Amino acid sequence: MTDPFRGRAAIVGVADAASPTGELVGTTRALEAAMVREALADAGLALTDVDGVFAGTGGTFMHSMELAEYLGIQPRWTDSTQTGGSSFEVLCEHAAAAIALGRCEVAIITYAATPRSSFKRGGPGFGGGAQRAAALAAGVVPPMVEWELPFGMRTPMGAYALAASRHMAQYGTTSEQLAQIAVSTRRWAARNPRARLQELITIDEVLASPYEATPLHKLECCLVTDGAGAVVLTSAERARDLARPPVLVLGAGTSHTHSMISQMPDLTVTAGTVSGPAAFAQAGIGPDDVDVLETYDSFTITVLLALEDLGFCPKGDGGAFVADDPLGPGGSLPANTNGGGLAYTHPGMYGIFLLVEAVRQLRGECGDRQVPGAEVAVAHGCGGVLSSTSTIVLGTEATR
Amino acid sequence: MSDDAPTRFAPPTSPAGAPFWEASRERRLVLPWCDGCARPHWYPREVCPHCLAPDVSWRPSDGRGTIYAASVMPKPAMPMMASLVPYVVVLVDLDDGVRLMSNVIGCEPRAASVGRRVRAAWEPLEDGRHLLVFELDD
Ligand SMILES: [Zn+2]
Repeated sequence: MTDPFRGRAAIVGVADAASPTGELVGTTRALEAAMVREALADAGLALTDVDGVFAGTGGTFMHSMELAEYLGIQPRWTDSTQTGGSSFEVLCEHAAAAIALGRCEVAIITYAATPRSSFKRGGPGFGGGAQRAAALAAGVVPPMVEWELPFGMRTPMGAYALAASRHMAQYGTTSEQLAQIAVSTRRWAARNPRARLQELITIDEVLASPYEATPLHKLECCLVTDGAGAVVLTSAERARDLARPPVLVLGAGTSHTHSMISQMPDLTVTAGTVSGPAAFAQAGIGPDDVDVLETYDSFTITVLLALEDLGFCPKGDGGAFVADDPLGPGGSLPANTNGGGLAYTHPGMYGIFLLVEAVRQLRGECGDRQVPGAEVAVAHGCGGVLSSTSTIVLGTEATR
Repeated sequence: MSDDAPTRFAPPTSPAGAPFWEASRERRLVLPWCDGCARPHWYPREVCPHCLAPDVSWRPSDGRGTIYAASVMPKPAMPMMASLVPYVVVLVDLDDGVRLMSNVIGCEPRAASVGRRVRAAWEPLEDGRHLLVFELDD
């Protein structure tokens, strides 16, 4: 029997904004509004059609309420789930489920952050310091402050570096193999005129860049840029009559294993071992059926672990798997085709860009970086410090 | 900066963690064990994360363990630690059965690699408590 979730909702509108300068003009709210307007226009829908509001960020406290108020929406379904960079895959799963249940018909998901221009203006840039300070002021000692902060781990790169150190010791993974992921991703960025970093790089250049936290080098770490995006979903039925070819949500899965890195049960195994198989089972397909993979690349190790946990290669074999450049243009598993968080944009929570690029690939809109004939795409978000994963399997009308 | 400016962040103490920090004043390592299922846990909580039992007993530990993961910081995570770089952040699997974050001191940072044996050491904090760190033990 077909899964009751499979193919019931579709992504019908997308928008994103990023610049080679790394900076965007405007407040985050204005950018979000512009993205929602663009994505609705892309779909051929109006603001008055929207009855589902999904916002994991952007407010001071009650994200979806603050966004809906700003945009003038009274929704039937509201969702402020926050799981870091994977939030937007989680929200996509929730939106598709709400639509499948008939609880809302047109859902918007949006995100904007301007850490680069904020930092230049003397603001805090990206980080959790403000939230920690607020918790302390309220008399609550966050476990991270008491049990991790005193040891001086640089955040977030230190947490991912610990995972990389473990994977290398346990499986013999090398720095050259991890560097290849950055090299492959940059080959895609070279084909994206909006990417922040478009020059090709070599493994030697990655290894010659300074350590941010051993064993991770600077060129293995994501950017800090401004960026914004939005996604519009509706029912598969309604999607048939809209402006663009619908991209069906075939499957979705979410899980998390911990919040702070010292609590991660096994630093070589992410929650993707739960979210990935769940999403594939609903979709009725497997990793071999995936034409294009958009997977969170906060760091090279994030990609390596996802490849193993989603089943593209056995656990421990990620290093050997990536070594021959399967992830780059012309490879067997085209991945992060916009240049990823490593080279396109990374405003702190990258998940919305995974969805936007996956949709554009399935619509065949990607020009120089188009994966020919792509019919199945996976958007795999990872949030916190390898803490939360959410996997969305998407397909063209042909996969219905 | 004067020579005796603190290089270590002295964290606030949670109610659940207070017995650990009190024992640290005497450089004694104690760990929380559940009275319900007789298993240790880390970090200290008001309830056991294995069974939710609310009763915890603190038992001494000999502070020996194995490095599970390690990363050397070439830059400090906070300005007060600037004089310590490069320093190594580790996850240690204590023989007692819990994993915790710490530093390894008294060696070249890169020597504190995955699989090395370590033993507890203590670094004084300005308020009389001590920070649990480790030294190589093999
Ligand atoms: Zn228990």
